[in-house]
Amino acid sequence: QVENVRLLDRLSSKKAALGTLYLTATHVIFVENGSETRKETWVLHSQISSIEKQATTASGCPLLIRCKNFQVIQLVIPQERDCHDIYISLIRLARPVKYEELYCFSFNPKLDKEEREQGWKLVDLNEEYNRMGIPNNYWQISDVNRDYGVCDSYPTEVYVPKSANAHIIVGSSKFRSRRRFPALSYYCKDNNASICRSSQPLSGFSARCLEDEQMLQAIRKANPGSDFLYVVDTRPKLNAMANRAAGKGYENEDNYSNIKFQFIGIENIHVMRNSLQKMLEVCELKSPSMSDFLWGLENSGWLKHIKAIMDAGIFIAKAVAKEGVSVLVHCSDGWDRTAQVCSLASLLLDPYYRTMKGFMVLIEKDWVSFGHKFNHRYGILDGDPKEISPVIDQFIECVWQLMEQFPCAFEFNERFLIHIQHHVYSCQFGNFLCNSQKERRELRIQERTYSLWAHLWKNRADYLNPLYRSDHSQSQGTLSLQIAPCNFLYKFWSGMYNRFEKGLHPRQSVTDYLMAVKEETQQLEEELEALGERLANLQKSQFNGNKVKSKQQDRSKQLGLTTSNNSIANTPQEYSNDLKSFPSRSPSQGDEEDSALILTQDNLKSSDLDLSANSDQESGVEDLSCRSPSGGGCLPSEDSGKDSDEAVFLA
Amino acid sequence: LLRSSQPLTGPNRKRCREDERLLGEVLDEGHRGFVIDTRSAQAAKQARMIGGGTEPKSSYPQWRRLHRPLERGRPLQESFVKLVEACNDPSLSMDRWLSRLESCRWLSHVKAALSTACLAAQCMDREESSVLVHGAEGTDTTLLVTALVQVILDPSCRTLLGFQELLEREWIEAGHPFHLRCARSASPQARLKQEAPLFLLFLDCVWQLSRQFPFSLEFGEHLLLTLFDNAYASAYGTFLCNNEKERCLCKVKESTHSLWAWLNQPEEKKKYLNPLYSPNPLVIWPSVEPQSIQLWQGLFFRWICSSRYLDEAWAEIQQLVESN
Repeated sequence: QVENVRLLDRLSSKKAALGTLYLTATHVIFVENGSETRKETWVLHSQISSIEKQATTASGCPLLIRCKNFQVIQLVIPQERDCHDIYISLIRLARPVKYEELYCFSFNPKLDKEEREQGWKLVDLNEEYNRMGIPNNYWQISDVNRDYGVCDSYPTEVYVPKSANAHIIVGSSKFRSRRRFPALSYYCKDNNASICRSSQPLSGFSARCLEDEQMLQAIRKANPGSDFLYVVDTRPKLNAMANRAAGKGYENEDNYSNIKFQFIGIENIHVMRNSLQKMLEVCELKSPSMSDFLWGLENSGWLKHIKAIMDAGIFIAKAVAKEGVSVLVHCSDGWDRTAQVCSLASLLLDPYYRTMKGFMVLIEKDWVSFGHKFNHRYGILDGDPKEISPVIDQFIECVWQLMEQFPCAFEFNERFLIHIQHHVYSCQFGNFLCNSQKERRELRIQERTYSLWAHLWKNRADYLNPLYRSDHSQSQGTLSLQIAPCNFLYKFWSGMYNRFEKGLHPRQSVTDYLMAVKEETQQLEEELEALGERLANLQKSQFNGNKVKSKQQDRSKQLGLTTSNNSIANTPQEYSNDLKSFPSRSPSQGDEEDSALILTQDNLKSSDLDLSANSDQESGVEDLSCRSPSGGGCLPSEDSGKDSDEAVFLA
Repeated sequence: LLRSSQPLTGPNRKRCREDERLLGEVLDEGHRGFVIDTRSAQAAKQARMIGGGTEPKSSYPQWRRLHRPLERGRPLQESFVKLVEACNDPSLSMDRWLSRLESCRWLSHVKAALSTACLAAQCMDREESSVLVHGAEGTDTTLLVTALVQVILDPSCRTLLGFQELLEREWIEAGHPFHLRCARSASPQARLKQEAPLFLLFLDCVWQLSRQFPFSLEFGEHLLLTLFDNAYASAYGTFLCNNEKERCLCKVKESTHSLWAWLNQPEEKKKYLNPLYSPNPLVIWPSVEPQSIQLWQGLFFRWICSSRYLDEAWAEIQQLVESN
């Protein structure tokens, strides 16, 4: 516990909030002094991405905490010694070495054993494959991997073509990187086309494997409507070729009968990690010009990568839906780009995955069960920084980009996506721990932690998209997108990357307003129905000569829709930033609402530190109450995070 | 809020008692006013050398001058042409899109216009000071600023009728030379000297406001697109000529129909209304951070990408609100 710590706001130049900083086993907590508010900011250690100690100034020692959910917390600690202690502690706390240190093992939502179990049962992959129509004449479930004996990063239950027996599967697995043999991701019962996934073959320059060739043939044959199979390698050609020198590589069309091979270049995890880093640097610029921002964004390459992933998903969805051709997808190890592309293609193809439940199932299927390395990728336990990469973040962003283009097509809203991303890193729930199903079962995750899906499902009212109707044309069938010229429709997702900077977002949430309208309409309709019934009864009773009391309608349930809450004024930001000819802005001096716009020389303070408070800094995590709204779907009538400031004038 | 053109101070620093008196009368005793000059200090100085200039502090002691350069004329037109070219270029890859967008500088102009308007609005709302806006002629960037200020400050300007009245007042009657400015649009062949998309820039800024405050404007994007179309080519006489004098001489009121009359017919009007509108009596302060300023896809990609899915979304919204 350290007192007299200041919490700064990066954007606003309001005075810093003064308060006390606490470090617990699971959180960093800042509690603001101040009789009425006692505003709290909670950050899970798991969310901490990096901690930076900055140069000590007259006002104290600044500490910058960057979070995996893109929140940036700036603290100023009065004593150097305390700052150092906090720094060292946080470094350790943010890098747990054992799973048991994580929050999910101590998180207690006060549910009984049965409720916990039920929570885990909410998403059932067997049910999902049944829904697809499997098992059937062409596909069956195989237990060849029941003890993880064939592939330890695959689930125990895999779905394979009927004609692929255990011998073929095992043989093929020996010819695949990490033994990740081709297995079913999605089956389209309308035309029998399927999406299968694997890792790269260990083909080198000339190696062959009969069983692997038989495996691909089996996949092709499981689709009688097509005489060939697409094999899509999601790596850039150069990378794939380089892999050949290491004894791996890609499928040679000459060796595999009737395949059409295709590269769709998506860069690797290192490129993506750097891309995100660069983009976040742009986000951290103070008062950037339009130029700075656009150049920075382009330089990061981030949207280009998002588009590459999307294009791959579109290609595969088109192959399945329009051409009726099955596709085998792989990258290097088949757990990153493959996961992104398969889940995206499935989402484009099947409207079920655009429902809330369906989306949870999709993630469970293509990410969790197929062994995406959550632990390594999201730095859950302290590990190799080179393994870290925003793989699932990119997939989630692709979904958001789609939501922006097809506003009626998804049952869930932006907030749902943001919360899922948040919880990938928060480790408050056990779904995304470890690197494989095998590891999770060994740790008995389901007995010792809670499921995120149950939690989200319980709060699903917060996550609904008011424009979604299951009978709307956008929610039927395949979402078709052109690959070009839709270059331009990719937007910067400030709801995610500037999530905690309230001043940037539209002040009024259309989603929340429309949900409220929808609910009210429903309630009114129900009341109308009830009234109709009473009227009918009344008429009957009158007819029978009985006296009936009349009751005042209880209107207390009415929602009282507020769009712009007129009692809360929004505040202007600083508008005089862009002119470089102006001398530096001075910090505000107290009560900003009344502060003079004009600064005279006398008022200019000499301190360098921009002391500002952001009274809108919300708690960064859903904690035990699990209901704090996030920037992704603001409550209506949001106060601006930025406040007016002084402008400086030329004489 | 006042607007004018530049004072003709000239290299000899001429004075004009009447002008000083006029501006003096505007302010109460002991109060300050702001002059927002939409030219850079440099440009204003150069203007003075050839007969124009700014209000010298000594002659207008109660007025503080601020320079907020806003692009106009040739460079603004170039910006517009380049942007439209970029949007229509099928060979453009995602690699280069953002830098191409940046090199057009259109979004920078939007940001600058909004920032300046907000600054003026702040002076009035927070400082409770009067503001005089002028550039050189007082017919371009001046009107851009004064009109935007009113949308920001005054809720009545955000109603459908109020917005039309604003356009009449601040653009048409105030003498924005529509005939010269809105001639050939973004066609690269026609490089007319007087052409410049100030009015479009204004509409773009209003669109940004509608995006940031989805409940606060009574009208929607469709109105803005219609206004854009009619400024360049119209069946109505509203945007004809360059000023009231010309309109009188051409007998516009006697020989043409008014766009407003048509728009305000009950069946027409419906198309232009914003289903989310809820009167907001407060000032709306937009964010001018780059992340908050977006490319107006409804206009710049109008003929390139189908707006079908977005239109369907608006229809849903309409439906939801109406059934309530």
